[in-house]
Amino acid sequence: MTKEKYSKEFLLEIYQKMVLIRQFEERVKFLFLEGVMPGTIHQCQGQEATAVGVCTALKKDDIITSTHRPHGHAIAKGVSVQSMMDELFGKLTGCCKGKGGSMHLGDLEKGMIPAIAIVGGNLPLAAGAALAFKMREEKRIAVSFIGDGATNEGIFHETLNMAALWQLPVVFVIENNLYGASTHVNLTIRTDKISERASIYKIPGITIDGNDVLEVYEASKEVAERARNGQGPTLLELVTYRITGHSRRDPCLYQPAQERAEAKKNEPIGRFGKYLVDNLYASHQQLEEIENNIEKELDVVVEAAKSAAEPKPEDALSDMFAE
Amino acid sequence: MQKMGIAEALRMAIRQEMARDERVFCIGEDIAIPGGWGGAFTVTLGMEKEFSHRMINTPISEAGFFGIACGAALMGMKPIADVQYADFLFCAMDQICNNIAKLRYMSGGKLNVPIVMRAPVGVTGRGSQHAQNMETFFMPLQGVKIVCPATAYDAVGLLRTAVRGQDPVMIFEHKLLYGSKGARAESGAIDGSSEIPEEDFTIPFGQAVVRRCGDDITVVGTLLMMHKCLQAAEQLQKEGISVEVIDPRSLVPFDYVTLKKSIAKTSRLMIVEESPKRSGIGAEIAATIAEEAVDLLNAPIKRIAAPDTIVPFSPPMENFYVPQVQRICNEIRQIILK
Repeated sequence: MTKEKYSKEFLLEIYQKMVLIRQFEERVKFLFLEGVMPGTIHQCQGQEATAVGVCTALKKDDIITSTHRPHGHAIAKGVSVQSMMDELFGKLTGCCKGKGGSMHLGDLEKGMIPAIAIVGGNLPLAAGAALAFKMREEKRIAVSFIGDGATNEGIFHETLNMAALWQLPVVFVIENNLYGASTHVNLTIRTDKISERASIYKIPGITIDGNDVLEVYEASKEVAERARNGQGPTLLELVTYRITGHSRRDPCLYQPAQERAEAKKNEPIGRFGKYLVDNLYASHQQLEEIENNIEKELDVVVEAAKSAAEPKPEDALSDMFAE
Repeated sequence: MQKMGIAEALRMAIRQEMARDERVFCIGEDIAIPGGWGGAFTVTLGMEKEFSHRMINTPISEAGFFGIACGAALMGMKPIADVQYADFLFCAMDQICNNIAKLRYMSGGKLNVPIVMRAPVGVTGRGSQHAQNMETFFMPLQGVKIVCPATAYDAVGLLRTAVRGQDPVMIFEHKLLYGSKGARAESGAIDGSSEIPEEDFTIPFGQAVVRRCGDDITVVGTLLMMHKCLQAAEQLQKEGISVEVIDPRSLVPFDYVTLKKSIAKTSRLMIVEESPKRSGIGAEIAATIAEEAVDLLNAPIKRIAAPDTIVPFSPPMENFYVPQVQRICNEIRQIILK
């Protein structure tokens, strides 16, 4: 891969987005453990390169669907961080007016269907969006983020079969973080590469390092263009690792210590930061400055979210039907 | 004016909606195969000729294509998704109950999910897995409207309202009322045909219709049961018993105003349904009337329903399972003569 073709601004923007996701998640984790944030959370520390790499390859009016672990995807697709934090606090100003919460956040204006927290349940929504684009002859595509676990759901088969059959402009992105909740992927899937499953639908299946943000970006750009040009869907597997719990206070005792230690060395932000410094795109100080600026930005976001208006109890009764 | 059966009337209405709005499309199994049946009951027969790219014939993948319909609806399309038998809706339950029903609410009202879901119901000599009256299952589901056209006129008016609206709607159609012809004709069918006016009309949801006026008792039924109630009312008239038959037409929303007005006149209420009694439509209607209008009643509310068992196959058992006209008549006599 010829990484020299990127501009410094482009690369620093990618770095900035990845750090924003990491810090957003760390901040949310702290607020949650502190007891000031309601609900439950599924976080994506360690998986920032998949969200940012894929979404950077998309256009504004392309659509993504996400999972119970949607914060990174939302930030990468451009959903306002304030509206997300407000939503996590259950505020009226949240992206779903407090009716979605962590597992359903999204903003269609930014190209994100509210996240679907039933494993695999988002797959046909992306295919359906793609069907709409194809029927209307629009040059848009849909992307469905799923985990390794979703590939064992029946809906995975139904959706990929129809998407392949009709050559829909859709990309199925597997974030394989090796664990479905606490169960290792080796206990649930016999193949080493989940992308091999693509072959039975006669669509391309690709497995790459999901912690190399530029590799993810390049691969995504290619498969997105395939979809956009009418060449049909792709199953893109991004191998990554969740360096935080599955949810809430999960101490990850099922992840072997050595595996965790290696995963931390391999986490995408450190790797990309090193790449930027080694190739003279940025100095350590510049990267620190980016991090500090995000810290400050999030301070403001959190304070604003805390003081934002609560919904009225009876607001629970509105928004079910349009008519 | 043209007289049509329900299948034919639905076909006409769907064609008209597709012609007037290019966002409307059909998606389902066996709906667009030349030489096929136009769905299980001929509703979409031949439509693939006229709308080749808007008749999406799917593999046997109910969960998948209901989800795909949902995704397309979120992007502003107006899918009409149908299953061959309502029992197959169970295969699509996650997409219907978690996505289609909830996405508008979960988005804080920012999204619309304008899907029409059509499903044939009714006990018709097919054993238990092509038989269920699934209305009961969806009654507690929040976020989906439910309509039950018992006549071709209602089928047209309710379908138009559903397609032109912005919310998910389930249309339950009865296999014995379709008036399907040829290879797809049903034995034991009842005539649900109507005169369909040329001019455009719609039927708003939540508006019941009094099918027959009477003074002694109010009887509520939908689909096939509504027709059986009418037959019972006809018989009982000869005995001097005057039965008022109400067809709610939509179960969600439900027109309690019309129902209460009727009970205020008759002071007696019976609900007839084709599915088992436990937690059924009758249970819901009876509970609401008991809660809100018990003063209007002069007799206990009566529920006539299938017994709490699985739909059987053998004709003697099946006839026992489905509420029949004689049973309705007997129960009404008992209430009136008490």
